[in-house]
Amino acid sequence: MKALSQKRRHPLAVVALLVMGLLLTGVLYSVASTANQAKADSGFTASDVSSGQKLFVANCATCHGMNGQGSASGPSLVGVGAAAADFQVSTGRMPMQMSGPQAQRKPAQFNADQTRQLAAFVASLGAGPTLPDESMLDGKGDATHGGELFRVNCAMCHNAAAAGGALTRGKFAPSLDGVPAQNIYEAMVTGPQNMPVFSDANISPEGKRDIITFLQTIQKQGSPGGADLGSLGPVSEGLFIWVAGLGVIIAFTIWLTSRSS
Amino acid sequence: MSNASPTYQPPTKVGRIADFVDQRTGLSSVTREFGRKIFPDHWSFMFGEVALYCFIILLLSGTFLTFFFNPSMAETTYSGAYVPLRGMDMSVAYQSSLHISFEVRGGLFMRQLHHWAALLFVAAMSVHMLRVFFTGAFRKPREINWVIGGVLLILGMAEGFTGYSLPDDLLSGNGLRIIDGVIKSIPVIGTWISFFLFGGEFPGNAIIGRLYVLHILLIPAMILGLVALHLIFVVVHKHTQYPGPGRNDRNVVGYPLGPVYAAKAGGFFFIVFGVLAAIAAGFTINPIWNYGPYDPSPVSAGTQPDWYIGWVDGALRLMPGVLGAVGGYRQHFEFVVFGQQTLTLNVLLPALVPAGIVFTVLFIYPWIERWITKDEREHHVLDRPRNAPTRTAIGMAGFTFYCVMWAAASSDLIATHFHVALNDVTYWLRALFFVGPIIAFVVTKRIALGLQRKDREIALHGRETGRIVRLPHGEFIEVHAPLDAYKRYRLISFDSPEVLPAQPNAKGVVDRRERRRAKFSQWFFEDRVAPVTPAELEAAHAHGHHEAIESAPTSGH
Repeated sequence: MKALSQKRRHPLAVVALLVMGLLLTGVLYSVASTANQAKADSGFTASDVSSGQKLFVANCATCHGMNGQGSASGPSLVGVGAAAADFQVSTGRMPMQMSGPQAQRKPAQFNADQTRQLAAFVASLGAGPTLPDESMLDGKGDATHGGELFRVNCAMCHNAAAAGGALTRGKFAPSLDGVPAQNIYEAMVTGPQNMPVFSDANISPEGKRDIITFLQTIQKQGSPGGADLGSLGPVSEGLFIWVAGLGVIIAFTIWLTSRSS
Repeated sequence: MSNASPTYQPPTKVGRIADFVDQRTGLSSVTREFGRKIFPDHWSFMFGEVALYCFIILLLSGTFLTFFFNPSMAETTYSGAYVPLRGMDMSVAYQSSLHISFEVRGGLFMRQLHHWAALLFVAAMSVHMLRVFFTGAFRKPREINWVIGGVLLILGMAEGFTGYSLPDDLLSGNGLRIIDGVIKSIPVIGTWISFFLFGGEFPGNAIIGRLYVLHILLIPAMILGLVALHLIFVVVHKHTQYPGPGRNDRNVVGYPLGPVYAAKAGGFFFIVFGVLAAIAAGFTINPIWNYGPYDPSPVSAGTQPDWYIGWVDGALRLMPGVLGAVGGYRQHFEFVVFGQQTLTLNVLLPALVPAGIVFTVLFIYPWIERWITKDEREHHVLDRPRNAPTRTAIGMAGFTFYCVMWAAASSDLIATHFHVALNDVTYWLRALFFVGPIIAFVVTKRIALGLQRKDREIALHGRETGRIVRLPHGEFIEVHAPLDAYKRYRLISFDSPEVLPAQPNAKGVVDRRERRRAKFSQWFFEDRVAPVTPAELEAAHAHGHHEAIESAPTSGH
C-alpha cells in the first residue's frame, strides 16, 4: 500500500487510472448487456446449424439475405437469437404470407425439428436470446404477482383478460388465448412485430414465469360468470343486450299483443 | 261506495275481509276507475313498461347487493377464493365485490342480474323514447311528460355510471379517471370541482363512498319520483293510439286494464324478469376479477364504458389532438390562457358539446315543432313515421349522430374484428360525424316520401297480386286486389299539414320572427304527398270497374 501511495503522484498515474476505469466500465457493461442473451446456445449441434442453413437459404434468404444479414425487404437476423426465430417460425408468422402492418399468425410451415434447425442457424449468426428454460414455462409461479405484472406491462395492448386489442394503422396485439408458454416467453424477450422487448432487467425471468402462470390460470379456470362474450368488455355486453336481450323482449311483446286489433 | 252501505253483509269470508278493507280505504272506487282505464294494444307501446320492470328488478337485486357491498376505499389484502388475486392489495370495495362474486351464495348471479338489468333499463328507455319521438307522441298535451322522460334517461345514465364505478376495479377506475379529466378541463373551476368531488387529488379515498350514496339513495329516489309523475301523466293524458278505423283524438280504443291488461302486464313483468335471469345465469357481465383492483398506472386495452355512456366516450375518441399545421406550425387544441390556465379544448369540446346538442334538441324539440307548425291541437292519435317525413328525418339524423359517436367508442374493436386500421376507422367516423346526419336526413326523408307514394298507390289501385292475365286482345296486365276498408283507412286517413305561410300578428304586421317561422314551415312541409281524397278514391274505383276485368292498370295516373 505504501508503494502505491508513493506513486500516486506519478505523472502517468492519471493515465493508468483512466485506463483502469475504462476497462472496468467496459467489462461491467459487457457483462450487464449480455446478461439477457445467450450464455451459450447450448443444445444445438453443428448438424442442426447446417440443416438450418439449408432451410434458411431455401425459405428465408429472399428477404433476410443469404447470411441473414437482411435486405431492403427484411431485417437483419444477426443477434436476434434462437428465441426470435423459434417464435416467428413456430407460430407461423414466418415465412410471412403477405406483407402488411404486421406478420399474421397462421399454421406453422415447418415441423418442430425444422423449426429447431432454423433457430440453431439464426443463433449461430450472433448471440441473442436463447430458447427459454423449461423451468420458466411450468406455470408454477405466483399467479397474483403475474397478474399484477400483466396488468401493468401487457394489458394496455393485450387487454386485461388477454383478449387482444388494436394498435395504430392496422397493427394489433393478438389474443393470448391458447398461446403456448414458450411462445409467450419468447415474445417477451424478443419483442416480435410491434411488441416492445421486456428484457430480464425489466421483468425478471421469475416475473415472466409468473406472467405465464397467470395466463395459464385464467385460461384454465374458464369464465366463472358464464359465457364470456369474448372477454371484450362493455362493448360486447352492450351489443348482447341490444341484440339478444331486447330481441327476445320484443318477441315477447309481439306475442303478448298479437291477438288484438 | 255502493258496497259501503252499512246494512250490506257479504256472504263469504273473503267478501267480509274485502268489505272491511274497502270501508276503510275506499279502494273499490279506485280499482273501478283504474280497472276501466283503456290501454291500446301494440307491441311498441311496451318499452316503457320494460324499463319500469327493469327498474323494479334493479331495486330488488340492488337491495340484495347492498347487504354485502362495503363502499370503503380502505386498503386490505385479498385472501378470498379467487386464486389469481390472492395476496393482492386492494380496496375494501373491490374486495367486497369479489366476495359477492365468489363467496356469497347467489352473489355473482345477483351482480350479473343487476348489471344486465341496468343495461336493459337504459336500452328500454331509449327505445321507448325513440318510439315516442317517431310517432309524434310528444305533441300536446304530452310535452312535459316528454321532458320528464328525457330527465329520466339522464338519471338512468347517471345511475348506471355511478354503479359502474362502485366495484373499484381497473375498468371502472379508468372510467372515473376520464370523468376526472373532463371535469378538470372545465376552465378555471375544473380543478376545484375535481378536488371537491374526489376529496383531494384523484383518486383519493372518498369517491366510492360518495358515489355509493348517490347510487343507492339520491338518484333512485329521483327516478322513483319522476317515474310516479310520468305514470300519473300517462293516466291523466290517457294513452296514445295508432291511427285506425274508429280511433280519433277523443277516444282510446283498446282493452280495459282489468282484468285482461293487468294480467298481461303482470305476466310481462315475470317474462322480463325471467329473460334477465336467464341472461344473468348464462352470460358474464363486468368480470371484475379480470380487471384487477384499481391502480392509476395501468390502462387496459378495450377499456370502454357501459353502452349508454359510450357515445360520450366516442366523442372523446373522435376529437383530434392537433388542429393540423397552420403556417408550418402544429396547432394544438390546447392553449395556455392568462399565462397559467390551461384550456384543454380537445377534452372540453367533445365531452360537453355533442351531449349538450343532443339533450338540448331532445328537450326543446316539442316546442320547436309546435312553433313551426303553429299546431295547438291536442294529439292522441299517433303519426306513422312515414306520414311525418321531416320529423322522421330529423329523428334519424339525430340517431345517426348518436350512433357515429357510439361506434367510435368501440373503434378499437371495430379495427381488430373487421381487420381494418384503427386510424381509418377514426377518420371515417370523423367524417361521418359531420356528414352522416345530413345523409341520414336526406335518405330518410326520401324513403318516407316514397313509402307515402306507395301507400297512395295501394289505396287507389289495390295490392299487386303477382297474377298476370292476358286479355283477349293480347295485352298483359297484373291483377290488383282491392284492399278491404279497414286496411285502406290506415293508408288514407292521416294528418298531412301543408306549408303555413307567414301570418300577420295582432297588429297586422308580418314580423321577422314570423317570416323565419314560415321558412322553417316550408322546409318542413314543402315535400308532401297528399293523402288520397274521397274523390280520388271514387274516381279510381269507378275507373277500376270500367276496365272490364277485376283490375286496374298500374300506369296512367
